[in-house]
Amino acid sequence: MTRLTDLTMAQARDGLAKGEFTSVELTEAHVKAMEAARGLNAYITETPDLALEQAKASDERRRKGEAGAMEGLPVAIKDLFCTKGVRTTAASKILHDFTPPYESTVSDNLLKAGAVSLGKTNLDEFAMGSSNMTSHFGGVTNPWKRRGDDSPLVPGGSSGGSAAAVAARIALGATGTDTGGSIRQPAAFCGIVGIKPTYGRCSRWGTVAFASSLDQAGPMTRTVRDAAIMLGAMAGHDPKDSTSAPMAVPDFEAALTGDIRGLKVGIPKEYRPEGLSDEIAKVWEQGIEWLKAAGAEPVEISLPHTKYALATYYIVAPAEASSNLARYDGVRFGLRVDGKSLDEMYAKTRAEGFGSEVKRRIMIGTYVLSAGYYDAYYAKAQKVRALIAEDFRKAYETVDVILTPTAPSAAFGMGEKMDDPITMYLNDVFTVPTSLAGLPGLSLPAGLNAEGLPLGLQLIGRPFDEETVLKVADVMEQAAGFTARPAGVEG
Amino acid sequence: MSYIIQGETGEWEVVIGLEVHAQVISKSKLFSGAATDFGSEPNTQVSFIDAGMPGMLPVINEVCVEQAVRTGLGLKAQINKTSVFARKNYFYADLPQGYQISQYDQPIVGEGTIILDMPDGSTREVGIERLHLEQDAGKSMHDQHPTKSYIDLNRSGVALMEIVSKPDMRSPEEAGAYLKKLRSILRYLGTCDGNMEEGSMRCDCNVSVRKKGETGLRTRCEIKNVNSVRFVMQAIEHEAMRHVEIYESGGDIKQETRLFDPNKGETRSMRSKEQAHDYRYFPDPDLLPLVLEDELIERIKADLPELPDEKKDRFIRDFKLSPYDAGVLVADRATADFFETVASGRDAKMAANWVMGDFFGAMNRLGRSIENPPVTAENLGKLLDLIADNTISGRIAKEVFELMTETGKDPSVIVEEKGLKQVTDTGAIEQACQAVVDANADKVAEYKSGKDKLFGFFVGQVMKNTQGKANPAMVNEILKKLLA
Amino acid sequence: MSLDKATVRTIANLARIEVPDEELDHLAGELSRIVDFVEQLSEVNTDGVAPMTSVAEMTLPRRQDVVSDGNCRDGVLANAPDADDGFFCVPKVVE
Repeated sequence: MTRLTDLTMAQARDGLAKGEFTSVELTEAHVKAMEAARGLNAYITETPDLALEQAKASDERRRKGEAGAMEGLPVAIKDLFCTKGVRTTAASKILHDFTPPYESTVSDNLLKAGAVSLGKTNLDEFAMGSSNMTSHFGGVTNPWKRRGDDSPLVPGGSSGGSAAAVAARIALGATGTDTGGSIRQPAAFCGIVGIKPTYGRCSRWGTVAFASSLDQAGPMTRTVRDAAIMLGAMAGHDPKDSTSAPMAVPDFEAALTGDIRGLKVGIPKEYRPEGLSDEIAKVWEQGIEWLKAAGAEPVEISLPHTKYALATYYIVAPAEASSNLARYDGVRFGLRVDGKSLDEMYAKTRAEGFGSEVKRRIMIGTYVLSAGYYDAYYAKAQKVRALIAEDFRKAYETVDVILTPTAPSAAFGMGEKMDDPITMYLNDVFTVPTSLAGLPGLSLPAGLNAEGLPLGLQLIGRPFDEETVLKVADVMEQAAGFTARPAGVEG
Repeated sequence: MSYIIQGETGEWEVVIGLEVHAQVISKSKLFSGAATDFGSEPNTQVSFIDAGMPGMLPVINEVCVEQAVRTGLGLKAQINKTSVFARKNYFYADLPQGYQISQYDQPIVGEGTIILDMPDGSTREVGIERLHLEQDAGKSMHDQHPTKSYIDLNRSGVALMEIVSKPDMRSPEEAGAYLKKLRSILRYLGTCDGNMEEGSMRCDCNVSVRKKGETGLRTRCEIKNVNSVRFVMQAIEHEAMRHVEIYESGGDIKQETRLFDPNKGETRSMRSKEQAHDYRYFPDPDLLPLVLEDELIERIKADLPELPDEKKDRFIRDFKLSPYDAGVLVADRATADFFETVASGRDAKMAANWVMGDFFGAMNRLGRSIENPPVTAENLGKLLDLIADNTISGRIAKEVFELMTETGKDPSVIVEEKGLKQVTDTGAIEQACQAVVDANADKVAEYKSGKDKLFGFFVGQVMKNTQGKANPAMVNEILKKLLA
Repeated sequence: MSLDKATVRTIANLARIEVPDEELDHLAGELSRIVDFVEQLSEVNTDGVAPMTSVAEMTLPRRQDVVSDGNCRDGVLANAPDADDGFFCVPKVVE
């Protein structure tokens, strides 16, 4: 029999249903694997006792015939989701000892669906980063290594801990959040599937906010089917979030029909900028071929404002963040550094509590909102954002889904791209437009580069049409036959 | 009536605009389900949203929205079908999120008007600039501990309406009249209890002065959080004088925020607010544009109560009251209702005199309120009926009224018990009159020789002998006959 | 450099983040590079374009006015660095 940690979520679900093993057994296997893989630093807080307790309760429910959609499946929760009674840090020193007295809607939905939580995964501080290197709790090591090179690579970010945990088989799946690519880029770097659903599909209530108009939770899994299962459990209208869409959650798994004949797939020419690496161009070409072979029709499209997306994002997101992070002031929770006056206490607390990338973004955000600059930066960015969204709207008059690369490169080494913030920001060049337009975007592993590192392709759908995205991804996944495994994870 | 400050260099006028923060009457807060009751234990009416905990999100209270619309309609103002909530960013210990959710360039209510009723019976219009919804902050207490301030977030997130006037007022009296009228309208509408002592209505005064005849506006100062009508008038008076003195001694006014010290009767600069502010307003991404349906506005419009101005017009028209009397009676809705109950089907002028005279007098003397009146409207009406049908005279009525305030009894019961019923039996009055004429032959002779003034003496004697119960008109008539 | 030291100091103060004087230069450089990068938006023609504040094509949902929350002081104060007698405590503020 396959090792329990090697099962997909769908296989584990079926095995539990058939009584081949219990949730306690499945959870114990993962707890053991989690302990063995501590070197990756994928988790900030492991909760093995709680996991086993939940597994026991799950087995009990199953005996009573009350199994939910994720019954007994051990998953990891990005440490940006508030978890009742379990420390939630956002990978920041300022929240290093914060224990929420409430459970985020998304993690609560998972628990209600029967899932077991293994712990809280590492991330870039406040989800700001593309490498997981900005975490107060240290970087995460990507389980993948370059062929013949033992130097550690980053897992991407910000959901780097979640991506690494899923790739390393120390969780069946994990939650991620995506503001400008934080699910899709680490999924690509770690050779797994990650979907950022349409803005409004998953509740933001109880998730530590980065940029409210962009933040979306989504699943990170090893297969498209698993993503469909987990997204179905995470999603749903939440009256506690005013931006949550009052829409029913479709049966995403049922959308995986394997039939994409006649679908028009947009291939945006602006995603082929000068200097795009050959290996990325090649895997994208390969993806187009798979789609053609399955009966879909590639159509060249234009998204003319694409090149302005990154600049737009780096105004909008820091602006919102500068305001969202004002609540970390040392008064009601989190770190406090004493000062002689209230203002001194604020300034010292925030100087010590936030890392340099977070401080940079808060200051940029403060600047672009300040008197005299609002119109030139923030208002301007909001207008360009409208143009970017309009590009997509027009494209969807002719195509059903769009295919692009997920990231401009494969995983890079720890310490690389750290000297200049802009170099790091460029990682998000292909994922940010989708975020600005609020559209669903999925990354799936499409192949390996010459160094043996996974490369991802991104599928972008119409608003609330995750079904088409998942259906196409499922077909591509079959075609890709991606069976490669990270170093140290035996087959 | 113009208010002029006579300076050494000439005449100055004062320019006043008021920003009133009115706490919306609602059960729960603007963006959370925590209660809004006044005076609860610290931090007990605080949800995780109000405490600005990580990941908490606002959801707007429909009643607060409706109250703002209702108030806007009551101020004859423009209702904006689309409005936007914005974040006003600043750090303060009692501002948990690090920003206040407010409305900035797209408020829910636009321009409107308030009509001031001045003490001399005249009226004056003051423009409303806007009304917007926003969250209240928590409360900082500075005297609990030698080195610490204590923070209570019970008020954090309570809905406020900020009502901004145009700089249309020209005297402290007008500012006072504005506040009274605004409070009256809010109370009629049931959108704010107007209680300035508990802080459910607070006022910021923007004051500047200018030479008489100048058209532009000079630098203004904002006096924050003044908490009574009297203090508002005092603060403005002091602040205007301060400006004039500074200008006349060659100085300039610095735009700043000031505090009014009621003990000293003066304003002083607020040090904590000296730091330059840059609120970095931007649309709150946790909220979407607030769009009001036409049906909602129409429904609220249809349910509006009669407001003080309309009621005043009606009282003048239907009850033939003077504008002054009508203004006094409608200022408070309960008083107006009380008056209407008393006046209904009776002589309205007499009802107004009784309510504004004996009744208000008794209320003040006994420390009662219109909600807990010394005499019920029904009983006061009955008293008026007893006068009208000649059961008692006006003089006896005053006596009965006093007994009513003491006993709370029905006036007819008091009249019965005390035997105060007016004598209207012609025979009995003739007898009493005859007796007085007989007993005062000398005075009769004087009267007949032309000393007309003595007539009052005879009436007085008859009334005295009948303990005031004789019908005065009949006494007059019969005496005239007897003395002819 | 688009941001000078004085501007960085002002921003840091607005954001209540203490920045030692010796770091101002370096920070001004970093922030300027970011600002220069986003400056490219000025070349986009946005005449007549309405700013997009949310992608959600909805209007604001409203909740009923019922008391459904609060009364959880222990939870509210549980993570407080300094609390006393049911209050949060901060260094004394002079008004």
